[in-house]
Amino acid sequence: MVAFQKVVLVGGSWGGIQASLRILEKLPATYPFPIVLVLHRLRNAEGNLKRIFEKRLQLGVQEVEDKMPLQPGQVYLAPANYHVLLEKDGTFSLDVSDLENYSRPSIDVTFTSAADAYKAKLVGVLLSGASKDGSAGLKYIHDKGGVALVQDPSEAEVSTMPEAAMKLIPGCRVATLDKIQEFLLWIT
Amino acid sequence: MKLDKEALFEQEAEELMEKVHQQYGYDFRGYSRASLYRRIKRFVANNSIPSMDLLRQQVLGNSYFFEGFLQEITVNVTEMFRDPSFFLSLRQNVLPILSTYPFIKIWDAGCSTGEELFSLAILLKEEGLLDRTKIYATDVNQKVLRQAKEGIFPASNIAAYTSGYYASGGKNEFSSYYLSNYGSLKFDSSLVKNVVFYPHNLATDSSFNEFHLILCRNVLIYFTHALQERVFKLFDESLVDLGYLGLGKKETLALSVINSRYQLADKSNRIYRKTS
Repeated sequence: MVAFQKVVLVGGSWGGIQASLRILEKLPATYPFPIVLVLHRLRNAEGNLKRIFEKRLQLGVQEVEDKMPLQPGQVYLAPANYHVLLEKDGTFSLDVSDLENYSRPSIDVTFTSAADAYKAKLVGVLLSGASKDGSAGLKYIHDKGGVALVQDPSEAEVSTMPEAAMKLIPGCRVATLDKIQEFLLWIT
Repeated sequence: MKLDKEALFEQEAEELMEKVHQQYGYDFRGYSRASLYRRIKRFVANNSIPSMDLLRQQVLGNSYFFEGFLQEITVNVTEMFRDPSFFLSLRQNVLPILSTYPFIKIWDAGCSTGEELFSLAILLKEEGLLDRTKIYATDVNQKVLRQAKEGIFPASNIAAYTSGYYASGGKNEFSSYYLSNYGSLKFDSSLVKNVVFYPHNLATDSSFNEFHLILCRNVLIYFTHALQERVFKLFDESLVDLGYLGLGKKETLALSVINSRYQLADKSNRIYRKTS
């Protein structure tokens, strides 16, 4: 049903845009896995986030729409004011239910549903941010046998998010953005 | 084979949904699984229910408990002027066309607690159309319909609603539409004097009238593609030729068989128009 060997999930908040650009910009358009990117955004703001990523990345960039299927070589941005979930049939679904960790999109919501759907095929990456969102979801990925990667807090613009994850997941891997980028290429 | 914790939960959730269907007639087979499971888990956690077994006993043994459960797992989160650009587009592009009809009929499908309904009614009033418009506001959940009728919303969102109102082209003082009291906003009940509140289940009920405009925003995201297809056909049967359909910003007709008969009147705001 799901053809990919891996699905990459990236979460970030304050400082997350720059950090995710850094880890994704060298990935080729032929990258064999889909990448789902959940960044905290302003509520009713029209996104130019898509344009920012299109400019810098070789990968295709799309905002998630309801029931969209995941494709390799694409970066999927969680849209403002929606939670993004991954279904077992290889599609996305959206949800506007309550905020989680004061956020919608919430990184925990996406990571958790993805881990239920893709289990050990997941690579979860948590970047810079002034929030605790994401650490519970990353732990869930780790518990299901997926890879849990955390940005080295000493180089993160705001270290709250990586530090929360390190505290919750003793077995997570902590790495600089350069190392995370290498890892994303190495798994292909 | 031993089931892992998640597989066991999913099996128990499916059994519960089956029983709910048999006993109460609510059919969740067409709901997207990831978000349905998440909401059941949240309900269990928020209410400190120790096991799925106890949840099942409560849901099936107590119809008041079931009503609360239903309220939680059918998402009712809504806001006034969500995506102000959508309401601005309705005001500028759709209402001028609707104003050419002597009498206007609108269906707000899945109206929930009424925030969108009141936003729409304010638009119609300011464009001079409210008195010759009849709105059918429907939801599967009777409890939220009663709330919608009252038009009382928490005051905590007032800053966002006010800026949404002006961004959607609001022409008056927003505060002229409500009275603020004890942390609540009570909206002017004359805004909904031509509104019929009516329980309707998009998953099972049929078309009941013909409309010039149907709004169904961020409701279909909870349905599978197959159930969405049923609902799109229902909307198609319920729209006059050249009628409008407004969806949520990330929802699309593109995957539906009815798509060929519809044009995008406003692409970024997902307002469709039936061509013939």
